Amino acid sequence: MSNGNSEKIVAANPAAGIGFDLFLRCVHCGLCTSACPTYTELGDENDGPRGRIQLMRMVAEGRTPLSDRMRRHLELCLDCRSCETACPSGVRYGRMIEPFRQAVEQLDARLEKRFDWFRELILLRLLPYPNRLRPLLAPIRLLQRLGLFDAAERVGLLRLVPGRLGRLVRLLPPPVSGGPRLPKFLPAVGRKRARVAFFVGCVADVFYRHVHWATVRVLQQNGCDVFVPPGQGCCGAIHLHNGDPDGARLAAHANLVAFELDRYDAIVVNHGGCGAMLKEYGLHWQDGLTPHRAKFAAKVKDVHEFLDQLGFVPPRRRIDCVATYHDSCHLAHAQGVTAAPRKMLTSIPGLTLIELPESGICCGSAGTYNLLEPGMAERLARRKLNNILQTGAQVVLAANAGCMLQIAAAIRGQRLPLRVMHPMELLDLSYREE
Amino acid sequence: MSLPPLITDLRQCVGPSNVLFAPSELAVYDCDAFTAERRPPVAVVFPENAQQVGQLMRVCRHHGAAVVPRGAGTSLAGGCLPGPNSVVLMLTRMNRILEIDLRNRMAVVEAGVPNLKLTQALAGSGYHFAPDPSSQGASTIGGNVATNAGGPHTLKYGVTVNHVLGLEVVLSDGTIVQLGPYEDPPGLDLVGLLVGSEGILGIVTKVWVRLTRNPQDYRTMRAIFDSVEQASEAVSRIIAAGIIPAAMELMDQGILAAVEEAFSFGFPLDAQAILIIEVDGLAVDIERKQQQIVDICKQFGAREVLTAATTAQRELLWKCRKLAVGATGRLSPSYIIEDGVVPRTRLPQVIRRIAEIARSHRIRIVNVAHAGDGNVHPLLLFDERDSAETQRVRAAGREVLQECIAAGGSITAEHGIGVEKLSLMERLFAPQDLEAMRRIREAFDPRLLFNPGKKLPQAGGAASA
Repeated sequence: MSNGNSEKIVAANPAAGIGFDLFLRCVHCGLCTSACPTYTELGDENDGPRGRIQLMRMVAEGRTPLSDRMRRHLELCLDCRSCETACPSGVRYGRMIEPFRQAVEQLDARLEKRFDWFRELILLRLLPYPNRLRPLLAPIRLLQRLGLFDAAERVGLLRLVPGRLGRLVRLLPPPVSGGPRLPKFLPAVGRKRARVAFFVGCVADVFYRHVHWATVRVLQQNGCDVFVPPGQGCCGAIHLHNGDPDGARLAAHANLVAFELDRYDAIVVNHGGCGAMLKEYGLHWQDGLTPHRAKFAAKVKDVHEFLDQLGFVPPRRRIDCVATYHDSCHLAHAQGVTAAPRKMLTSIPGLTLIELPESGICCGSAGTYNLLEPGMAERLARRKLNNILQTGAQVVLAANAGCMLQIAAAIRGQRLPLRVMHPMELLDLSYREE
Repeated sequence: MSLPPLITDLRQCVGPSNVLFAPSELAVYDCDAFTAERRPPVAVVFPENAQQVGQLMRVCRHHGAAVVPRGAGTSLAGGCLPGPNSVVLMLTRMNRILEIDLRNRMAVVEAGVPNLKLTQALAGSGYHFAPDPSSQGASTIGGNVATNAGGPHTLKYGVTVNHVLGLEVVLSDGTIVQLGPYEDPPGLDLVGLLVGSEGILGIVTKVWVRLTRNPQDYRTMRAIFDSVEQASEAVSRIIAAGIIPAAMELMDQGILAAVEEAFSFGFPLDAQAILIIEVDGLAVDIERKQQQIVDICKQFGAREVLTAATTAQRELLWKCRKLAVGATGRLSPSYIIEDGVVPRTRLPQVIRRIAEIARSHRIRIVNVAHAGDGNVHPLLLFDERDSAETQRVRAAGREVLQECIAAGGSITAEHGIGVEKLSLMERLFAPQDLEAMRRIREAFDPRLLFNPGKKLPQAGGAASA
């Protein structure tokens, strides 16, 4: 909330792209408010789902133009879609806020023509492309291996890297040997039960390739022939959520070409954010390819969801540890997958899974939100960390790259002896022969 | 540009960032979950402690501005609707659980703590906070106190007033007083007076609540009926048999469709009514009670009576019931929900009359009910953009409540009067009764600045509908 009361007006109607029937679904009951991370932190209904829907509806109805202050409330939304889980009336909040924000970004671009280097170069042209990101990270990786990066972080040198870029650098996880690029094909172990295509993505492949390896091994152990189609790339979520729907459409197109749908029982994804985007391919753009994208979307399964439906082989090797599971927003709220990961994790012998208080409240990562809205992102990271500490867990599990980066950075900031892992990493360990 | 003096003074109390006054931001506070009337406030303030609430009261008094306290804004009766020249006072930032004292079975919470947060904080302790309004996921304990909220488990455990031991209250002159906590008030029961007063006597900032031991065992059943009458007859008979279930809830066919769409529980869509019945208590006794209930339901024509086999199933069943009201957004863009209460034995008759009223006003009504208490919640569906339909719905709502009064009941059991039922107070009470209540109000708030236009009609019967 800023102090002034300026109501600078943005021209044109950014709510024009929202179907009005979407607004009518909201009966204003208010049950969503307590599920909203920003409302929970700030207590202002302008920063809660019911209020934001009302703000967008006022703009849609032409009752008021979009003022700067209204815009701040809408920008502060994480698009975590926790409100959709809470809503008994079935309001599709994501389908209002997403086109609204895209329209605002596009109007901005048209009005200001100001070159935003961070958005244009880093978010849209670097992060989604592993082949560009990897070489740029090499010098940082070297510093990390020499221990200099850690030292720089400790003495606060990293704070000197300014603004959004600095925040991005501070999120970087310590180097792990991710292993080689995934091969095109990995055969099932034992009786063959399914043929799946594995989705690799962009940032996940750069920072968490070891998670990819763990995931494909778990799939193999469950009798899946795993194909990794070449030519696939970013799901397009980074583009879409940063006001570049055309960039997102191109990313989607590359994936449409890369995956031959009829060859596979499912397209399996292991990170919630990518999965949510892929599952919504049928909704985002209307053109001749819409039916094909919808068919693609129907094939997409989160790895936990897929293995639970297939009937997973119980892992055998004992792992004695206390863990807690954080619900990634785009897995829990956008995809509705909450039970399957818990079911798989509790099947690991020796593992004690403690339920995380407020598990479904966003950790503040929210795609690129933590780079753009650092104040709220840090508040939510602190809140998440406090909840994690209450459980007494040694390991925090999360099935989304953004959450893993954000929670790990919060833990590093406090120098706590806690490990962040993807559920598939633990499962992979438990599937290994003793 | 200079700010209006009221705004300047409010900003002085709580800091500029904790006062909203831009029209677009105020518009979000123009109603609560009762959407048929709207009016934006002149400012919204976010105090963080009782001292700030006191200062804000003095400022508002000085400027003659009314004060409307608001928690989560889930009132179904317009309890948080701003009056003319009103400042909305948000209690959402006073949301800390201050103390949990299991040995004394008590917790101390700030007014803005959501009801369910307290129960979550008590998980594993063997205790819970008994009032469980259907809005409990969002609604605040302060709001529960203001409306004397109930919930499905009211049947056995009582309403909010039975679970409040003490209050911290800011009075109209800004002083902060503490009432209680005590089990049995030695003087006048002022806590009892404040609970359910809908913000017209003072602003509750802190609550000492009673904690209730979790039952040793429970069974949750659902019974499927081919008529609403049979279901409500079964309810009466169960109570007559000397069983007090923890909860006994009814949903009719209309609302079942929305609930089933929302939660895919597996209710048969041709059922005319379902009852959700929960018994709890000592494990030794529970099977017998359960069997008695099954027998009575069958005797009144229940097609099927099933017991939830797992905790997850029980939770889903309760989720269906508690979120049923919100799920009606799937049937219609808006609704008004009534809160009539009648003697349990009159339930079949009232539900029949509700259907007739719907027909005569050409509107659609679906029903949920805390059937064990005789508390009916007909939902009158409408589109707020259709003013003629909105008028018909308001008229039908009044008729439903008049029916409840005629049946020997009342116009609210738990939602409060708010603005929505104001005009019916004169039907329920004699002028002398209302006058006595007004004098109590004036003793607390001589300038009538607290939540004006709610709860009590103005002298002379000038209440607007």
